Amino acid sequence: MADVAIPRAKPQMSEDNVWTRLKHNRNWLGFWFMVPAMAFLIFFLAYPLGLGIWLSFTDTRIGRVGQFVGTENYEWLWDDSIFWLSVFNTLLYTTVASAIKFAVGLYLALLLNENMPFKAMLRAMVLIPFIVPTVLSALAFWWIFDSQFSIISWSLKHLGLINQNINFLGDTTWARICVIFANIWRGVPFVAITLLAGLQTVSPSLYEAATLDGATRWQNFRFITYPLLTPIIAVVMTFSVLFTFTDFQLIWAMTRGGPVNATHLMATLSYQRAIIAGQLGEGAAISSAMIPFLLAAIMVSWFGLQRRKWQQGENND
Amino acid sequence: MTDLPAAKVDLKAVLSSPARVDNSEGMSYLQSVPRRLVTLYLPLTIIVVVLLFPFYWMALTSVKPDDQLLDLDRFNPFWTWNPTFKHFHKLLFESYYPHWLWNTMYVAICATILSIVASVLAAYAIVRLRYKGANLVGGLIFLAYLVPPSILFIPLATVVFQYGLFDSPLALILTYPTILIPFSTWLLMGYFKTIPFELEECALIDGASRWQILTKIVLPLAIPGLISAFIFCFTLCWNEFIYALTFLQSTSNKTVPVAIVNEFVDGDIYRWGSLMAGALAGSLPLVILYAFFVEHYVSAMTGAVKE
Repeated sequence: MADVAIPRAKPQMSEDNVWTRLKHNRNWLGFWFMVPAMAFLIFFLAYPLGLGIWLSFTDTRIGRVGQFVGTENYEWLWDDSIFWLSVFNTLLYTTVASAIKFAVGLYLALLLNENMPFKAMLRAMVLIPFIVPTVLSALAFWWIFDSQFSIISWSLKHLGLINQNINFLGDTTWARICVIFANIWRGVPFVAITLLAGLQTVSPSLYEAATLDGATRWQNFRFITYPLLTPIIAVVMTFSVLFTFTDFQLIWAMTRGGPVNATHLMATLSYQRAIIAGQLGEGAAISSAMIPFLLAAIMVSWFGLQRRKWQQGENND
Repeated sequence: MTDLPAAKVDLKAVLSSPARVDNSEGMSYLQSVPRRLVTLYLPLTIIVVVLLFPFYWMALTSVKPDDQLLDLDRFNPFWTWNPTFKHFHKLLFESYYPHWLWNTMYVAICATILSIVASVLAAYAIVRLRYKGANLVGGLIFLAYLVPPSILFIPLATVVFQYGLFDSPLALILTYPTILIPFSTWLLMGYFKTIPFELEECALIDGASRWQILTKIVLPLAIPGLISAFIFCFTLCWNEFIYALTFLQSTSNKTVPVAIVNEFVDGDIYRWGSLMAGALAGSLPLVILYAFFVEHYVSAMTGAVKE
C-alpha cells in the first residue's frame, strides 16, 4: 500500500496495474501465500488419494503398469476370509481400545485435576508414552510379552498364580489382548492430557455450589463435569478412533499380523498385500475399503457434536 | 469444527497452575487423608507405574549383561548389580546406528522447516488476508488432517517411484509435510487469531507491506506457537513409520524406527540387549526435547484439538 502513496513514473501503465493487482489485491495475495502449502497437499495428498482409488480398480503390480479391471479387486476381497477377518479385527481393536482409552483417560484426567504435591511433574511424566516413538515402545512391549522371558509370566509364576509361561503373542486371544493393551497404553496419555485441559476450564465454584446443594461426587461429575466436557470429548474421541482404526506401526512391530492373522488390521493387511506381495491394486482396494469406515466415524462424531451443541444451548441458555 | 462451544482452554495452566491450586483448596477439606489415599493416590500410582514400566524395562534390559537377561532363576530380573554398556557399544560402533540417527534427524529437521514455512504463510493468509474462500480452504486443510498415512502409502509409493525419489531421504522430506502442514496450519491459525488486528492496521497505515507485517510483527508475537508447532512436527517426523518403511530400502538410508524393527530383529537369542539399547537411544532425544519444552508440547497437543 506504501507504493500507492508515492507517485512514480509509470512507463508501462497496464503492466504496472497487473503487477499492483497481483501484489496488493487481497485474493491474489492470499493465493500467493497459499501456494507452498497447497502444492504439498495437492501433489502428495489429494493426488495420491485419488490415485489410490484408481489403483484399486486396476491390477497394478510393483514394476508393472496395471489395466483397468473394474471392481474385480473388490469382488476378490469379498470372498476373501482373511480380508473379513482383518475387518473384524480392526473393528474389535478400534471399539475395545477406544472405549477403554476413553474411560481410563477420563479417569486419569480427573485424578490429575486433584490438588496434590508434585502435580506438574506427574502430569509431565504421564505424557511420556505419547512422546516416545510408537515403534520403539512397541518393541519394549514385544520383549515384555516374550513367550519365554516375559517378566509378566515370571512375576505371575512367582506369585503362584500360573504354572506355565503364557504364550502372549503366540496365542490368538492373548495376542489380541496384548496389542489392544499396548494401544491403550499409548493412547491414554493423549486422551487424559487433552481432557485435563478441558477440565481446567470448569469453574470450581460450580462444584462448590452443587456440593452446598447436597450433590454427591458422582452427581458432580455427571451433571457438571460431563456436560461441560462433551465438546472436547467428541473431538478427542474422533481423533482417537481415527488413529486407532488406521493403526499400523504397533501391530507391525509386535506381531506383523500373526498369529494366524489374528491381529491383522486392514492397514497391515494392505501393506502385506501391496508392498510385500507386490499386488498394489489389491492393497489399494483394501485401503480404499477403509475410507467408508473413516467417513462414518467422522460423520458420527460430527453429528454427535452438533446434537450436543444444540442440547447445551437448550440447557444453558 | 471451528465453532466448537469449547471454552477457551488455558494452555499454560495444563501442566503448572498455581492459580488453580488456590481455587481447588476450597473443597479439599471435605476429603479425609485415608479417603484420598484410596481414591486418589492408589489408582494414580498404579496408572503411572503401568505407564512408565515399559521404559524402566527398556532401560534395565539395555544395561543388563546377556547371561542375566536370559537366566531368570539365578538373578532377580527387576534389578542388576553389574550394569554393562556392551549393548550401547555394539550399537554405536558395530552397526549403522549413528547413520540412522543422523538420517532421522536430517529428515525430521528438513521436513519440519519446510512445513512450518508453508503453514505460516497459509495460516496467515487464511486468518488475516481472508481472501475469498478462506474458510473453505481452512476446512479442507482440517479434512486433510484426518486423512491417515495408512491410506496414502500405496499410491504415494508409486508416485515416489515415478519421480525417482525411491530410497532417498528426499522422498520422506517431501511426503512428511502432508502430515505436518494440516496440523501446524491449524495450530498457527489459532495463534494468529490471538494477535490484535489493530497492530497490523497501524503497520499498514505506516506503509508496511504484508510481507513486512508478517515477518516483523506477526511472527515475533507468535514465537510460542512456532516453537510448539516445531517441536510437535519434529516429534511426528521422528515417530513416522509407514512411509519410511515403504519408501526406503538400503540399510544405510533408513530411519531409526524402521532400522531397529528390520535390522535388529534377527534369529539371535541375545538380541534383546542391543534391541532395547537401540529403542532407548532412539527415544532419548525426543524425551530430552520434551523435558525442556513440556508446556509448548502440551499446548501444541491441546491446541490442535480445541479448535
